[in-house]
Amino acid sequence: MSTNNNIAQARKLVEQLRIEAGIERIKVSKAAADLMSYCDQHARSDPLLVGVPTSENPFKDKKPCIIL
Amino acid sequence: MCDQTFMAATFGPCDSCGKASPLMNIYIKSEAINYCSFCVEMMACQQLQKGETLQSLKKESDSLKKKLEEERGKLNDVELHQVAEKVEVLSSLSIKTRRVLKGHGNKVLCVDWCKDKRRLVSSSQDGKAIVWDAFTLNKVSEISLSVFYFDSNAQNGLDNKCSVVPLSLDKNENLAAKKKSVAMHTNYVSGCTFTNSDMQLLTSSGDGTCALWDVESGQLLQSFHGHTADVLSLDLAPSETGNTFVSGGCDMKANVWDMRSGQNIQSFESHESDINCVRYYPSGDAFASASDDATCRFYDLRADREVAVYQKDSVIFGASSVDFSLSGRLLFAGYNDYTINVWDVLKGTRVSILFGHENRVSRVRVSPDGTALCSASWDNTLRIWA
Repeated sequence: MSTNNNIAQARKLVEQLRIEAGIERIKVSKAAADLMSYCDQHARSDPLLVGVPTSENPFKDKKPCIIL
Repeated sequence: MCDQTFMAATFGPCDSCGKASPLMNIYIKSEAINYCSFCVEMMACQQLQKGETLQSLKKESDSLKKKLEEERGKLNDVELHQVAEKVEVLSSLSIKTRRVLKGHGNKVLCVDWCKDKRRLVSSSQDGKAIVWDAFTLNKVSEISLSVFYFDSNAQNGLDNKCSVVPLSLDKNENLAAKKKSVAMHTNYVSGCTFTNSDMQLLTSSGDGTCALWDVESGQLLQSFHGHTADVLSLDLAPSETGNTFVSGGCDMKANVWDMRSGQNIQSFESHESDINCVRYYPSGDAFASASDDATCRFYDLRADREVAVYQKDSVIFGASSVDFSLSGRLLFAGYNDYTINVWDVLKGTRVSILFGHENRVSRVRVSPDGTALCSASWDNTLRIWA
Protein backbone atom coordinates (compact mmCIF):
# COMPACT_ATOMS: atom_id res chain seq x y z
CA MET A 1 0.00 0.00 0.00
CA SER A 2 1.64 3.19 -1.15
CA THR A 3 0.32 5.31 1.71
CA ASN A 4 1.95 3.05 4.29
CA ASN A 5 5.16 3.18 2.23
CA ASN A 6 5.17 6.97 2.33
CA ILE A 7 4.75 6.91 6.08
CA ALA A 8 7.47 4.29 6.43
CA GLN A 9 9.81 6.37 4.26
CA ALA A 10 9.05 9.56 6.18
CA ARG A 11 9.68 7.73 9.45
CA LYS A 12 13.03 6.45 8.17
CA LEU A 13 14.02 9.98 7.16
CA VAL A 14 13.13 11.35 10.58
CA GLU A 15 15.11 8.56 12.26
CA GLN A 16 18.12 9.26 10.04
CA LEU A 17 17.96 13.01 10.68
CA ARG A 18 17.71 12.42 14.43
CA ILE A 19 20.90 10.35 14.32
CA GLU A 20 22.72 12.95 12.25
CA ALA A 21 21.56 15.85 14.41
CA GLY A 22 22.81 14.07 17.51
CA ILE A 23 26.45 13.48 16.55
CA GLU A 24 29.25 15.37 18.26
CA ARG A 25 30.97 18.08 16.26
CA ILE A 26 34.06 20.20 16.74
CA LYS A 27 34.71 23.78 15.65
CA VAL A 28 36.07 24.39 12.16
CA SER A 29 39.01 26.31 13.67
CA LYS A 30 40.08 23.21 15.59
CA ALA A 31 39.51 20.90 12.59
CA ALA A 32 41.47 23.25 10.32
CA ALA A 33 44.33 23.45 12.80
CA ASP A 34 44.52 19.66 12.92
CA LEU A 35 44.53 19.37 9.13
CA MET A 36 47.30 21.96 8.91
CA SER A 37 49.44 20.23 11.49
CA TYR A 38 49.04 16.88 9.70
CA CYS A 39 50.17 18.46 6.43
CA ASP A 40 53.09 20.09 8.18
CA GLN A 41 54.22 16.92 9.90
CA HIS A 42 54.21 14.90 6.70
CA ALA A 43 55.31 17.55 4.22
CA ARG A 44 58.94 16.59 4.32
CA SER A 45 58.23 12.99 3.38
CA ASP A 46 55.92 13.91 0.49
CA PRO A 47 57.94 13.33 -2.70
CA LEU A 48 55.52 15.11 -5.00
CA LEU A 49 55.48 18.16 -2.76
CA VAL A 50 59.14 18.71 -2.01
CA GLY A 51 60.67 16.89 -4.92
CA VAL A 52 63.12 14.07 -4.76
CA PRO A 53 66.66 14.14 -6.19
CA THR A 54 66.84 12.58 -9.63
CA SER A 55 69.19 9.86 -8.43
CA GLU A 56 66.60 8.57 -5.97
CA ASN A 57 63.47 8.86 -8.05
CA PRO A 58 62.96 5.75 -10.19
CA PHE A 59 60.72 7.66 -12.56
CA LYS A 60 63.01 10.53 -13.37
CA ASP A 61 65.37 9.67 -16.19
CA LYS A 62 68.96 9.40 -15.18
CA LYS A 63 71.81 10.34 -17.44
CA PRO A 64 73.22 7.20 -18.99
CA CYS A 65 76.52 5.95 -17.65
CA ILE A 66 79.49 5.72 -19.94
CA ILE A 67 82.02 3.03 -19.36
CA LEU A 68 85.39 4.37 -20.30
CA MET B 1 -14.50 -19.33 36.99
CA CYS B 2 -15.15 -18.40 33.44
CA ASP B 3 -13.55 -19.56 30.24
CA GLN B 4 -12.27 -16.82 28.07
CA THR B 5 -13.04 -17.72 24.52
CA PHE B 6 -11.29 -15.85 21.74
CA MET B 7 -12.91 -15.32 18.39
CA ALA B 8 -9.54 -15.75 16.65
CA ALA B 9 -8.92 -18.99 14.86
CA THR B 10 -5.12 -18.72 14.86
CA PHE B 11 -2.37 -17.84 17.30
CA GLY B 12 1.02 -16.78 16.16
CA PRO B 13 3.38 -13.90 15.38
CA CYS B 14 1.60 -10.79 14.17
CA ASP B 15 2.61 -9.75 10.64
CA SER B 16 2.89 -6.14 11.78
CA CYS B 17 4.38 -6.03 15.29
CA GLY B 18 5.82 -9.53 15.41
CA LYS B 19 4.50 -10.37 18.87
CA ALA B 20 2.87 -13.71 19.38
CA SER B 21 -0.79 -13.21 20.09
CA PRO B 22 -4.23 -14.26 18.91
CA LEU B 23 -4.53 -13.12 15.32
CA MET B 24 -7.55 -11.57 13.67
CA ASN B 25 -8.08 -13.27 10.33
CA ILE B 26 -9.19 -10.49 8.07
CA TYR B 27 -9.11 -10.05 4.33
CA ILE B 28 -8.36 -6.77 2.61
CA LYS B 29 -9.11 -6.88 -1.11
CA SER B 30 -9.01 -10.68 -0.88
CA GLU B 31 -5.50 -10.58 0.60
CA ALA B 32 -5.23 -12.36 3.97
CA ILE B 33 -3.85 -10.15 6.71
CA ASN B 34 -2.79 -11.76 9.97
CA TYR B 35 -2.56 -8.93 12.46
CA CYS B 36 -3.16 -8.98 16.18
CA SER B 37 -6.20 -6.95 17.29
CA PHE B 38 -4.06 -4.01 18.41
CA CYS B 39 -2.37 -3.68 15.03
CA VAL B 40 -5.70 -3.99 13.21
CA GLU B 41 -6.96 -1.01 15.17
CA MET B 42 -3.73 0.92 14.50
CA MET B 43 -4.03 0.20 10.82
CA ALA B 44 -7.62 1.40 10.72
CA CYS B 45 -6.69 4.58 12.58
CA GLN B 46 -3.67 5.27 10.41
CA GLN B 47 -5.79 5.11 7.29
CA LEU B 48 -8.17 7.64 8.74
CA GLN B 49 -5.47 9.89 10.05
CA LYS B 50 -3.09 9.23 7.17
CA GLY B 51 -2.94 12.88 6.27
CA GLU B 52 -2.12 13.86 9.80
CA THR B 53 0.61 11.30 10.41
CA LEU B 54 2.42 12.01 7.17
CA GLN B 55 2.12 15.72 7.82
CA SER B 56 3.45 15.52 11.37
CA LEU B 57 6.38 13.41 10.18
CA LYS B 58 7.16 15.90 7.44
CA LYS B 59 7.08 18.75 9.94
CA GLU B 60 9.45 16.88 12.20
CA SER B 61 11.89 16.11 9.39
CA ASP B 62 11.87 19.76 8.26
CA SER B 63 12.56 21.00 11.76
CA LEU B 64 15.33 18.43 12.20
CA LYS B 65 16.94 19.58 8.94
CA LYS B 66 16.87 23.17 10.19
CA LYS B 67 18.34 22.10 13.51
CA LEU B 68 21.15 20.25 11.70
CA GLU B 69 21.99 23.35 9.68
CA GLU B 70 22.00 25.50 12.81
CA GLU B 71 24.22 23.11 14.73
CA ARG B 72 26.68 22.91 11.86
CA GLY B 73 26.57 26.68 11.40
CA LYS B 74 27.39 27.37 15.06
CA LEU B 75 30.77 25.70 14.69
CA ASN B 76 31.70 27.49 11.49
CA ASP B 77 33.78 30.10 13.28
CA VAL B 78 36.40 30.46 10.58
CA GLU B 79 37.13 29.28 7.03
CA LEU B 80 39.91 26.75 6.33
CA HIS B 81 41.69 29.04 3.88
CA GLN B 82 41.72 31.83 6.47
CA VAL B 83 43.40 29.60 9.02
CA ALA B 84 45.78 28.49 6.27
CA GLU B 85 46.97 32.03 5.60
CA LYS B 86 49.81 31.47 8.04
CA VAL B 87 51.05 28.50 6.03
CA GLU B 88 53.81 29.13 3.50
CA VAL B 89 52.80 29.45 -0.12
CA LEU B 90 53.90 26.41 -2.10
CA SER B 91 56.78 26.87 -4.46
CA SER B 92 56.05 25.82 -8.00
CA LEU B 93 56.09 22.07 -8.49
CA SER B 94 58.24 20.39 -11.08
CA ILE B 95 55.84 17.61 -11.93
CA LYS B 96 56.05 16.39 -15.51
CA THR B 97 55.11 13.37 -17.57
CA ARG B 98 57.80 10.77 -17.03
CA ARG B 99 56.19 7.77 -18.72
CA VAL B 100 53.42 7.18 -21.21
CA LEU B 101 51.96 3.69 -21.10
CA LYS B 102 50.54 2.65 -24.45
CA GLY B 103 48.90 -0.67 -25.08
CA HIS B 104 45.19 -0.38 -24.57
CA GLY B 105 43.02 -0.38 -27.67
CA ASN B 106 40.30 1.82 -26.25
CA LYS B 107 39.50 4.28 -23.45
CA VAL B 108 41.32 3.50 -20.22
CA LEU B 109 38.71 3.74 -17.52
CA CYS B 110 40.45 2.73 -14.37
CA VAL B 111 43.88 2.31 -12.84
CA ASP B 112 45.34 1.43 -9.48
CA TRP B 113 48.78 0.88 -8.00
CA CYS B 114 49.91 -2.37 -6.51
CA LYS B 115 51.26 -2.28 -2.95
CA ASP B 116 54.74 -3.04 -4.28
CA LYS B 117 54.74 0.59 -5.54
CA ARG B 118 55.87 -0.27 -9.03
CA ARG B 119 53.17 -2.36 -10.64
CA LEU B 120 49.99 -0.85 -11.96
CA VAL B 121 46.80 -2.47 -13.12
CA SER B 122 44.56 -0.72 -15.62
CA SER B 123 41.33 -1.64 -17.31
CA SER B 124 39.88 -0.43 -20.55
CA GLN B 125 36.79 -0.40 -22.68
CA ASP B 126 38.66 -2.75 -25.01
CA GLY B 127 37.79 -5.48 -22.53
CA LYS B 128 41.29 -6.01 -21.21
CA ALA B 129 43.02 -5.48 -17.90
CA ILE B 130 46.78 -4.98 -18.17
CA VAL B 131 49.31 -5.23 -15.37
CA TRP B 132 52.25 -2.90 -16.03
CA ASP B 133 55.66 -2.52 -14.49
CA ALA B 134 55.83 1.25 -14.11
CA PHE B 135 59.62 1.45 -13.97
CA THR B 136 60.39 -0.54 -17.12
CA LEU B 137 57.09 -0.05 -18.99
CA ASN B 138 56.86 -3.79 -19.55
CA LYS B 139 53.46 -5.35 -19.63
CA VAL B 140 53.53 -8.02 -16.97
CA SER B 141 50.30 -9.67 -18.03
CA GLU B 142 47.14 -9.09 -19.95
CA ILE B 143 43.76 -10.43 -18.92
CA SER B 144 40.78 -10.52 -21.23
CA LEU B 145 37.56 -10.08 -19.34
CA SER B 146 34.41 -8.06 -19.60
CA VAL B 147 35.95 -5.61 -17.19
CA PHE B 148 35.12 -2.00 -16.84
CA TYR B 149 36.09 -0.69 -13.44
CA PHE B 150 38.18 -2.13 -10.70
CA ASP B 151 40.26 -1.44 -7.68
CA SER B 152 43.26 -3.45 -6.46
CA ASN B 153 42.78 -6.90 -7.92
CA ALA B 154 39.02 -6.95 -8.18
CA GLN B 155 37.31 -6.20 -11.44
CA ASN B 156 33.78 -4.95 -12.08
CA GLY B 157 31.85 -5.46 -15.21
CA LEU B 158 28.63 -4.27 -16.72
CA ASP B 159 27.32 -7.76 -16.02
CA ASN B 160 26.53 -6.46 -12.51
CA LYS B 161 29.14 -8.68 -10.97
CA CYS B 162 32.46 -8.06 -9.34
CA SER B 163 35.18 -10.65 -9.72
CA VAL B 164 38.46 -11.23 -7.97
CA VAL B 165 41.47 -12.31 -10.00
CA PRO B 166 44.56 -13.37 -8.09
CA LEU B 167 47.73 -11.97 -9.59
CA SER B 168 50.95 -13.88 -9.30
CA LEU B 169 54.45 -13.53 -10.64
CA ASP B 170 54.19 -16.81 -12.56
CA LYS B 171 53.80 -15.80 -16.20
CA ASN B 172 52.52 -19.19 -17.21
CA GLU B 173 49.49 -19.13 -15.02
CA ASN B 174 46.17 -18.75 -16.75
CA LEU B 175 44.86 -15.91 -14.65
CA ALA B 176 41.45 -15.65 -16.30
CA ALA B 177 40.67 -19.21 -15.27
CA LYS B 178 41.16 -18.30 -11.63
CA LYS B 179 38.64 -15.49 -11.79
CA LYS B 180 36.10 -15.79 -9.04
CA SER B 181 32.80 -13.98 -9.01
CA VAL B 182 32.19 -12.38 -5.63
CA ALA B 183 29.62 -9.61 -5.71
CA MET B 184 26.25 -9.52 -7.41
CA HIS B 185 24.16 -6.36 -7.68
CA THR B 186 20.94 -5.61 -9.54
CA ASN B 187 22.63 -2.96 -11.65
CA TYR B 188 26.18 -2.11 -12.80
CA VAL B 189 28.96 -2.15 -10.24
CA SER B 190 30.67 1.25 -10.22
CA GLY B 191 33.43 0.81 -7.72
CA CYS B 192 35.01 -1.65 -5.36
CA THR B 193 37.76 -1.99 -2.81
CA PHE B 194 39.19 -4.68 -0.56
CA THR B 195 38.83 -4.04 3.14
CA ASN B 196 41.82 -3.98 5.47
CA SER B 197 41.82 -7.73 5.92
CA ASP B 198 41.68 -8.52 2.17
CA MET B 199 39.06 -11.12 3.06
CA GLN B 200 36.17 -8.81 2.34
CA LEU B 201 35.16 -6.73 -0.65
CA LEU B 202 33.17 -3.52 -0.56
CA THR B 203 31.23 -2.58 -3.71
CA SER B 204 29.13 0.34 -4.91
CA SER B 205 26.47 -0.02 -7.55
CA GLY B 206 24.15 1.71 -10.00
CA ASP B 207 21.32 0.12 -8.03
CA GLY B 208 21.84 2.81 -5.36
CA THR B 209 23.36 0.57 -2.70
CA CYS B 210 26.78 -0.40 -1.41
CA ALA B 211 27.50 -3.90 -0.17
CA LEU B 212 30.09 -5.81 1.83
CA TRP B 213 30.97 -9.34 0.62
CA ASP B 214 33.02 -12.22 1.94
CA VAL B 215 35.58 -13.01 -0.78
CA GLU B 216 35.90 -16.71 -0.05
CA SER B 217 32.22 -17.64 0.06
CA GLY B 218 30.80 -14.77 -2.04
CA GLN B 219 28.23 -14.19 0.69
CA LEU B 220 26.64 -10.78 1.26
CA LEU B 221 27.63 -9.63 4.76
CA GLN B 222 26.05 -6.17 4.93
CA SER B 223 24.20 -3.83 2.63
CA PHE B 224 24.06 -0.05 2.82
CA HIS B 225 20.88 1.74 1.80
CA GLY B 226 20.42 5.48 1.75
CA HIS B 227 21.42 6.86 -1.62
CA THR B 228 18.48 7.74 -3.84
CA ALA B 229 20.34 7.26 -7.13
CA ASP B 230 23.37 5.43 -8.60
CA VAL B 231 26.37 5.25 -6.31
CA LEU B 232 29.44 6.09 -8.41
CA SER B 233 32.35 5.84 -6.03
CA LEU B 234 33.49 4.70 -2.63
CA ASP B 235 36.62 4.89 -0.49
CA LEU B 236 37.62 3.07 2.67
CA ALA B 237 38.84 5.05 5.70
CA PRO B 238 42.65 4.72 5.97
CA SER B 239 42.95 3.79 9.62
CA GLU B 240 43.99 0.21 10.37
CA THR B 241 41.08 -0.30 12.72
CA GLY B 242 38.87 1.63 10.33
CA ASN B 243 35.28 0.56 10.05
CA THR B 244 33.90 3.38 8.01
CA PHE B 245 33.78 4.28 4.35
CA VAL B 246 32.46 7.14 2.27
CA SER B 247 30.37 6.87 -0.90
CA GLY B 248 29.27 9.45 -3.48
CA GLY B 249 26.61 9.25 -6.15
CA CYS B 250 24.23 10.73 -8.68
CA ASP B 251 21.96 12.02 -5.91
CA MET B 252 24.72 14.65 -5.27
CA LYS B 253 25.22 13.30 -1.77
CA ALA B 254 28.31 11.94 -0.06
CA ASN B 255 27.48 9.51 2.75
CA VAL B 256 29.70 8.11 5.48
CA TRP B 257 28.80 4.59 6.65
CA ASP B 258 29.58 2.30 9.57
CA MET B 259 30.61 -1.03 7.98
CA ARG B 260 29.47 -3.21 10.84
CA SER B 261 26.00 -1.84 11.46
CA GLY B 262 25.19 -0.67 7.93
CA GLN B 263 24.20 2.67 9.42
CA ASN B 264 24.57 5.94 7.52
CA ILE B 265 26.48 8.07 10.06
CA GLN B 266 26.93 11.36 8.22
CA SER B 267 25.64 12.87 5.02
CA PHE B 268 26.90 15.84 2.99
CA GLU B 269 24.84 17.52 0.31
CA SER B 270 26.54 20.55 -1.19
CA HIS B 271 27.47 19.50 -4.71
CA GLU B 272 25.26 20.65 -7.54
CA SER B 273 25.63 17.59 -9.73
CA ASP B 274 26.71 13.94 -9.71
CA ILE B 275 29.63 13.11 -7.45
CA ASN B 276 32.04 11.03 -9.57
CA CYS B 277 34.71 10.27 -7.02
CA VAL B 278 35.31 10.40 -3.28
CA ARG B 279 38.69 10.00 -1.60
CA TYR B 280 39.79 10.15 2.04
CA TYR B 281 42.42 12.60 3.28
CA PRO B 282 45.47 10.60 4.53
CA SER B 283 44.64 11.20 8.22
CA GLY B 284 41.13 9.84 7.75
CA ASP B 285 39.51 12.90 9.31
CA ALA B 286 38.35 14.39 6.04
CA PHE B 287 37.58 13.50 2.44
CA ALA B 288 37.43 15.16 -0.96
CA SER B 289 34.94 14.73 -3.77
CA ALA B 290 34.97 15.39 -7.53
CA SER B 291 31.79 16.30 -9.33
CA ASP B 292 30.20 17.05 -12.70
CA ASP B 293 29.52 20.55 -11.36
CA ALA B 294 33.21 21.32 -12.16
CA THR B 295 34.17 21.65 -8.50
CA CYS B 296 36.02 19.49 -6.03
CA ARG B 297 35.04 19.88 -2.41
CA PHE B 298 36.69 19.09 0.90
CA TYR B 299 34.66 17.91 3.89
CA ASP B 300 35.90 17.58 7.46
CA LEU B 301 34.26 14.67 9.28
CA ARG B 302 34.76 15.93 12.82
CA ALA B 303 33.38 19.40 12.02
CA ASP B 304 30.66 17.68 9.97
CA ARG B 305 30.72 20.23 7.15
CA GLU B 306 32.25 21.27 3.85
CA VAL B 307 35.41 23.28 4.58
CA ALA B 308 36.71 24.08 1.10
CA VAL B 309 35.59 24.32 -2.53
CA TYR B 310 38.19 24.01 -5.28
CA GLN B 311 36.85 25.90 -8.27
CA LYS B 312 37.77 28.52 -10.82
CA ASP B 313 35.71 30.41 -13.38
CA SER B 314 37.96 29.00 -16.07
CA VAL B 315 37.27 25.42 -14.97
CA ILE B 316 33.93 24.52 -16.46
CA PHE B 317 34.26 20.82 -17.17
CA GLY B 318 33.31 18.10 -14.73
CA ALA B 319 35.92 16.51 -12.51
CA SER B 320 36.06 12.74 -12.76
CA SER B 321 38.59 11.73 -10.14
CA VAL B 322 40.64 13.03 -7.19
CA ASP B 323 43.53 11.80 -5.07
CA PHE B 324 45.69 13.32 -2.33
CA SER B 325 49.47 13.47 -2.23
CA LEU B 326 51.12 11.63 0.68
CA SER B 327 51.00 14.56 3.12
CA GLY B 328 47.53 15.62 2.03
CA ARG B 329 48.71 19.08 1.04
CA LEU B 330 48.10 18.56 -2.67
CA LEU B 331 44.89 17.40 -4.32
CA PHE B 332 45.21 16.05 -7.85
CA ALA B 333 41.98 16.22 -9.82
CA GLY B 334 41.35 14.85 -13.32
CA TYR B 335 38.86 16.68 -15.51
CA ASN B 336 36.85 16.16 -18.67
CA ASP B 337 38.78 19.01 -20.33
CA TYR B 338 41.78 16.64 -20.58
CA THR B 339 43.76 18.33 -17.79
CA ILE B 340 44.75 17.53 -14.23
CA ASN B 341 44.54 20.44 -11.81
CA VAL B 342 46.72 20.39 -8.72
CA TRP B 343 45.07 22.22 -5.81
CA ASP B 344 46.56 23.45 -2.54
CA VAL B 345 44.21 21.68 -0.13
CA LEU B 346 44.66 24.18 2.71
CA LYS B 347 44.70 27.48 0.84
CA GLY B 348 42.14 26.50 -1.79
CA THR B 349 44.22 27.80 -4.69
CA ARG B 350 45.36 26.03 -7.81
CA VAL B 351 49.07 25.27 -7.74
CA SER B 352 49.59 23.72 -11.15
CA ILE B 353 47.92 22.34 -14.27
CA LEU B 354 49.21 19.13 -15.85
CA PHE B 355 48.70 19.00 -19.60
CA GLY B 356 49.38 16.03 -21.80
CA HIS B 357 46.36 13.84 -22.23
CA GLU B 358 44.43 14.08 -25.47
CA ASN B 359 41.06 13.16 -24.07
CA ARG B 360 39.18 13.05 -20.77
CA VAL B 361 41.09 12.01 -17.70
CA SER B 362 39.09 9.17 -16.17
CA ARG B 363 41.17 8.34 -13.07
CA VAL B 364 44.11 9.72 -11.09
CA ARG B 365 46.00 7.72 -8.48
CA VAL B 366 49.01 8.59 -6.34
CA SER B 367 51.45 5.69 -5.80
CA PRO B 368 51.48 4.12 -2.30
CA ASP B 369 54.85 5.73 -1.44
CA GLY B 370 53.81 9.09 -2.90
CA THR B 371 56.57 9.30 -5.50
CA ALA B 372 54.37 9.42 -8.56
CA LEU B 373 50.91 10.11 -9.91
CA CYS B 374 49.31 7.86 -12.52
CA SER B 375 46.49 9.11 -14.72
CA ALA B 376 44.23 7.07 -17.01
CA SER B 377 42.52 8.66 -19.97
CA TRP B 378 40.04 8.17 -22.78
CA ASP B 379 42.99 8.77 -25.15
CA ASN B 380 43.87 5.05 -24.59
CA THR B 381 47.02 5.84 -22.58
CA LEU B 382 48.18 6.10 -19.02
CA ARG B 383 50.69 8.69 -17.90
CA ILE B 384 53.03 8.63 -14.94
CA TRP B 385 53.89 12.04 -13.52
CA ALA B 386 56.70 12.71 -11.05
